[in-house]
Amino acid sequence: MTHKLDTLGAWLLGLLWILPLAYALWAAFHPPAYATRFDLLAPLTLENFSRAWNAAPFPRYFLNTFLLVTMVLVAQLVLSTLAGYAFARFEFRGRDTVFMLVLLQLMIMPDVLLVENYRSMSLLGVRDTVFAIGLPYFASAFGIFLLRQTFKTVPRELEEAARVEGAGPLQILMKVYVPLAKPIYVAYGLVSVSHHWNNFLWPLIITNSVESRPLTVGLQVFSSTDQGVDWSVITAATLLSAAPLLIGFLLFQRQFVQSFMRAGIR
Amino acid sequence: MNKSMQAVYGWLLLLPAIVLLAAFTHYPALATLWHSFFSTPRGSRPARFVGLENYALMRDDPVFWQSLWNNLWFALGTIPTSIAIALVMALWVNRNLSGRGFLRMAYFTPTVLPMVAVANIWLFFYTPQYGLIAQVLQVFGIPGQNWLGNRDTALPALMLVTVWKESGFFMIFYLAALQTVSPSLREAALLEGASRWQYFRRVLWPLLMPTTLFVLVNALINAFRLVDHVVVMTRGGPDNASSLLLYYIYQVGFSFWDTAYAATLTVVLLLILAITALVKFRWLDKKTHYQ
Repeated sequence: MTHKLDTLGAWLLGLLWILPLAYALWAAFHPPAYATRFDLLAPLTLENFSRAWNAAPFPRYFLNTFLLVTMVLVAQLVLSTLAGYAFARFEFRGRDTVFMLVLLQLMIMPDVLLVENYRSMSLLGVRDTVFAIGLPYFASAFGIFLLRQTFKTVPRELEEAARVEGAGPLQILMKVYVPLAKPIYVAYGLVSVSHHWNNFLWPLIITNSVESRPLTVGLQVFSSTDQGVDWSVITAATLLSAAPLLIGFLLFQRQFVQSFMRAGIR
Repeated sequence: MNKSMQAVYGWLLLLPAIVLLAAFTHYPALATLWHSFFSTPRGSRPARFVGLENYALMRDDPVFWQSLWNNLWFALGTIPTSIAIALVMALWVNRNLSGRGFLRMAYFTPTVLPMVAVANIWLFFYTPQYGLIAQVLQVFGIPGQNWLGNRDTALPALMLVTVWKESGFFMIFYLAALQTVSPSLREAALLEGASRWQYFRRVLWPLLMPTTLFVLVNALINAFRLVDHVVVMTRGGPDNASSLLLYYIYQVGFSFWDTAYAATLTVVLLLILAITALVKFRWLDKKTHYQ
């Protein structure tokens, strides 16, 4: 009996939770006349998508977002690997103090330091570029922390064996530590990509041209200025901008969920 | 490798990350504090030292106080609710209910969608007269209203979106924790005649405490860090009724271009985050260990 009640409750909540996405799919795949009228016989159409695609420079926004998440991910992986290795396996004075300073970024993120980072980007002369959107996030305390924890669990014997064969510190890192941390790299990568794909406020501030705007900002510009209240086109654009992540998530659900889990449990 | 070589390698490996961290986290945090004691440079007039003038201005600024209170209410309204829903979701998904795969997908999907995108969809839900909520209410003969245009409902409307977006994310952490709980505990408790509620209250809840604290800190930071939905849905309105602290900083800094005052407001935000950090490191990490 309670089992049935649980199932019922779980499904009600599940349907409620999926409702916004379900509505977006409805509105995007039907003609505008059906955006607020629910009729099972309504004709299906892809026209909203092509109208949205042509009404704003979405291909360019896609390219910008793609460049942004790739650039941030590569920089974060390289920098976090090097720093995580230093914190995990090298003994030197001041190490623990520096580590505490690094952890500070977990709390005080670039997300809230808008005014000063905007000033820095102006000084560097990189305002309104994709590079400027990514730059504050290149060094990630979270990534450093995650890799330090992982590298610490690698048995010292493996390192010794490589050293006997004459490998230097960087070779040991590449041949022993990095391969063993592969699941963590995947987890961190998924979290990082979805975070920066979705990031909005900083890109909104630092960009003001089509050439540098990522999807999130492009979507906002599109839906707030060009469209008035054409919900079908707006939902189509909304789905377009979320589609790669959403499809990736639906295909690799287990990996996504496990990655968010792994990355969260420190 | 001898000691000095260890140090050389250690610092060289750290160098790129440290330089960037210092440049875009530590330096701006300190520069924010520094600039809060100066005036905003305008045209040919450079910034000059004004002492605590910006802080006096802030003390007398009703919009600042309103944004701060809104933010506290926002945190208070969203955090316990999302944690409770997340826990219930995790308990359900952890059991052998039919359609478990669908349920987990449904709960978690909002997490991977951009806030800007979902805010656009919710914007339609809240639209007066022909929005989804208005239509559903009409069926029951209840007069709808302008949820985002009303001072009393604008902030709660944003809270609802946040709860919807975050619960599935927090569910993951509870789910991970629940999977480490041995099923024999439950059997033992039920054998002793404990009710489900007693088992939850006396056994599960204490076991899940570290997870709850972890989620709590994350939720608290998010409550002060995320204002995407404010930008898309209400722009802080009506009458600043849904303005959050970071949104007000954004407005002052990048609509009014009063950078010195924006810096002063940011100092308050940094203070709130620093207190959260301190509580976390001092008190939380004794329980969850960082080494």
